[in-house]
Order: sequence, then C-alpha cells, then structure tokens
Amino acid sequence: MVPAPGSHQGLDRLDGAWWRDWAARVLVSLGGISAILFIVAIIVFIASQGLEFAWNRLSWAELLTGARWEPTANPPRYGAWPLLAGTAWITAVAMLVAVPLSFAAAIYIGEFATGSRREWLKVTIETLAAIPSVVWGVIGLQVLNPLIQQWFDTPVGLNVLNAGVILGLMAAPIMTTLAEDALKAVPDTYREAAEALGATRWQVIWRVVLPHARPGLSASVLLGIGRAFGETIAVLMASGHRLLPPTSVFDSAATITATIAAELGEAAVDSDHYQVLFVLGLVLFAITFSINLLADGLVRGRRRRA
Amino acid sequence: MRLAPTAALAGLLLATACWRSHGRYTEIRNLGSDTMLEVAGAWAEAYDQVTDHIVVSVSGGGSGTGIAALIAGKIDLANSSRLLKPEEVARARKRDQDPIAHKVGFDGIAIYVHRDNPLRCLTMAQLKALFGDGGELTRWSQLGVDLGDPKLDPIVLVSRQNNSGTYEYFREAVLGGAKGRFKLECMNLNGSKDVVDFCGKARSALGYSGLAYANDTVRIVPVMRTDEGPAIAPSTATITAGTYPIARPLYMYTNGPPRGATQEYLDWILSDDGQRVLMHQGYPPLRPL
Repeated sequence: MVPAPGSHQGLDRLDGAWWRDWAARVLVSLGGISAILFIVAIIVFIASQGLEFAWNRLSWAELLTGARWEPTANPPRYGAWPLLAGTAWITAVAMLVAVPLSFAAAIYIGEFATGSRREWLKVTIETLAAIPSVVWGVIGLQVLNPLIQQWFDTPVGLNVLNAGVILGLMAAPIMTTLAEDALKAVPDTYREAAEALGATRWQVIWRVVLPHARPGLSASVLLGIGRAFGETIAVLMASGHRLLPPTSVFDSAATITATIAAELGEAAVDSDHYQVLFVLGLVLFAITFSINLLADGLVRGRRRRA
Repeated sequence: MRLAPTAALAGLLLATACWRSHGRYTEIRNLGSDTMLEVAGAWAEAYDQVTDHIVVSVSGGGSGTGIAALIAGKIDLANSSRLLKPEEVARARKRDQDPIAHKVGFDGIAIYVHRDNPLRCLTMAQLKALFGDGGELTRWSQLGVDLGDPKLDPIVLVSRQNNSGTYEYFREAVLGGAKGRFKLECMNLNGSKDVVDFCGKARSALGYSGLAYANDTVRIVPVMRTDEGPAIAPSTATITAGTYPIARPLYMYTNGPPRGATQEYLDWILSDDGQRVLMHQGYPPLRPL
C-alpha cells in the first residue's frame, strides 16, 4: 500500500490544518526558488536581446577600450571606455565618502552607543536607506550642483564629485548596517582580554576589534561598491553625462547605467544601438556579480575561521 | 501642460470607442513623433469641433514607430519630426508603398547662454566650430567675451542625449549632415528643459534647446546664417519667414496622395484655423497668420 502524502496513521490526519500546513510549505519553497528563477530569467533575457549583435558585428575590443561612444552617428562607434572610466571614478569617490562615514557610524553604534540611543540611531540609518534614488538625484541636481559651484569655484556643478557624494550617501546606510554586524561578530571575550591587559577603549577597537572584523568590513565595502555601480537615475541626474573619461573630480562624466537609462527608450527595438545597450547591461551584470561573489566569499571565509 | 494632451487622448479613445459602436464615423489613425504628440493631440481635439463624421486617434512612440506603421499599412497618417531615412524609403519601395511628406509646421531650436553672458550673436560657422568634433572654438575669449574670471573662460557645451530628435536635427543643420559628430566634451542632458535650467545655473555654459523652453535665467543668442548676414533671434515670425536658420519642419506622412477623410483633415491642418492651433502650442506656423 502506497501511503498518501502525510498519511502516517496515528501521527498525521489529512484535515484542514494539514492542508494549510502543506499550502504554506509550498508557498514558502516557491518563494525561495523564485529568486533563482528570476535571476536566471533576467540573464537569459538580457543575453538574448543583445546576442545577435554581440555575435555577428560587435568588436569586444572596441567596446571595452574604444574612446568614442557614438551609437547614432554615421558610421556608429561603440567605444564604452569613457562609460567604464566614468563609472569607476564615480564609484571611487562614492567609496571615499561612504567608507569613513559608515565605518565611523558602525564603530559608534557598535562600540560606544548604548541603550535607547543605539536603537534610535539604528532605526534612523535604516530609514535613510529607504529614500528613493530619484530624490537623491534631485538633491544632486538642485542642491549640490550650485553648492559645488560655490565652494570649489568650478564652472560646472554636475560632475564626478556631485554624483560620487550622492552615491556615497546612498550606499552609506547599508554599509553601516553590514559593518556593524561585522563588529558585533567579534567575540566579547577578545575585548575583555584586551581590556584586562590594560588597553584603552581606542586601543581595543583599533588593535583588536577592527583587525578581527576585517573580512566582514571588506564585504560591506564591496557590497557598497556593487550598490554604487548599479545605481542609475541619481547618477544620470547628477553626473552631467559627458562622454569623456574624467581626469579630475570636477569633470562631468557618464556611467554605464545612466547611458542605458538615457538611450534605451528611444532606440529602435532590435537595432544595433538597442542591442549594444543590452550588451552593456551584460557587462554591468558581470561586474556587479563578481563583486558580490567576492563579498560573499569574504564573509564565508570569516565564518569558517571564527 | 502634460494633463491637457492626456485628457485629449483619453477623449479620443472614448470617441473611437463610440465610432466602433455606431459605425457612422470615419477614423483617421495618427501615430508617430513624441515631439509632435502634444500638437497632434491639440489638432485632433480641435478638429472634433469642426466635423461630425471624422474621428482622429493620436498616439506617440517616436517618428520611426510612426513611419514603420505607415509602411505596414496600419495607420493613415504618420507624424515625423524628420524626413524619411534612406533605409525607410527602401523598405517602402520594396512593399510598393509611396510615403508622401506634408509639411505641417516648424520647431525652432534656440541657442541659450546664462542671462549675464554678454555674447551678441553667433554665425552658423561659429556654431559648427563650437559644437563640432575638431572645431577650434573652445574659449569665450576666442569669441571676444570676457566673463570676468579665467576659470569661466572654457566654454561648457550643453547638448542632448544622442538619440533625441533635437540632437539629430542640430547635427544635420549645424554640424554638416549625418556624418557630423559632436565634440566629446559636450554634456549630454536628458531633456529640453534640463538644458535650459543648466544654462541658467552655469555662467560659462552654451546650449541648444527648443524655443518653447526659454525662461528668464537664460538669454537666447541670435544666429547669423552667413558671416555678413543679419543676426536673427528665433521667434514664430522669423522661423515662419525662414530667416532664422535652425528650425526644423514638422511633417505628416500619408501613403500615396491623401484621399477622403485624411485629405479633409490635412487640408484643415494646413488652413489658418489649423495653423492657429499649432501656434497656440508654441510652434511656429507655416506662414504668417
């Protein structure tokens, strides 16, 4: 006799509660698998849109090193080097802003703040992460733009510095949360041992806690970089979108994401221009995917040692 | 501004639905350029008051979309802010179709600087040397303009993203045809309004954008067709008269010579009444009214 699902006589009964339980289990596992399904579907979609062009007519060497991005000129040029360089510059500035800010916040919340102040700070920082990126873009366009012109006496306020500061502020909250987790993972016995040896508060943090939390802190930076790399609309509004590799933070620059956002809407479906934008999307995906993988590896490495 | 055409379109859709149920109306399907969407909607709405047997349904999607639909025989009238491209002509020929352009109005492109910039005027040749790849004009001092601070001397060029119609028209008209290329130094902003706003904030900026977007933070620079010619400021009058050099015609395409309802509608658009509707939307009419 083949037992019906869950029909271990005497233990389970096929009543309403059993079916509700079963339905919940199916829903939860579907939810779990759906993330993987979506990611695979997205990769397949992006790849399929750009494949024909990437296979037949695209020069990868030109795409990755070419200096001119002129997809609508005659003849068109598909050199995305200025976009890659712009993305790298803006992300670098964003990290210069976000790393000190988020690490300082994490150290304060994790090591110094206590009680309600600590809870209050954590909630505020998490709220900061919920500000929509288009709002950050408007701040860059309307607030930071004239401020940068004034403070640094530059003719243009929409530049690498503007976009980098905006992105840094956007990435800081999530980095703070991750960095604080990394600090919390350092066992208290370490701190107690150091203090017993006569170390001051700062010596404990600087010599014991931070070195031990390094893999987790690196992972938080990498995830922040991934966030900055992939951000679109705020950068489109704040960067000035100039198709030259920047040579200083006061130069305007264009990023991969902003280019896709600005051009995809008007590109004729299945044209070379349309397809090359999907290839750019694939490049972006490859970069952020490897960054996230690296971050994941770092966190796992720490867990194994701990 | 945005609400009116949306409401117009909604009304038209409703009207279309009525036509379907009654079968007493002739429907003109009108599709194409996003630049022309507002004015096409205004025409359709105004024409509804004029006639009781023709209904015009309007949608956007871009000039290319409209032309493709016309060649495929799906619509009666395609809006386009440019002439057909050679590949579009070839595809029409292959299908034995014969798209005919009808000029229905103009769109003026103005040259904008910060309101404190004293620049008097620019020639077409200077504009090409300013915006065109390899052009030698990069500093305000080369144009005899002193902005009072050496930091402001390099000209900040403000352009549009590379698939906007304004960008393509400027390349055609100023940079010497389809083979023209912009300087890589150009900033490529994502909207007509953004260009004007930026020029109003940056004292060393020089940009181009639709005439309808002017405000009091910027100044419009008159343009000379030749080195001797008079400096002409863009206005509905100078653009209609053809003396301002950077204005593009707006077209409606029919498949073969227009017939029946389409012909009636097109005749009305070209009449003084139709041209007045265009002018109310901020676009220069075909002839002085």
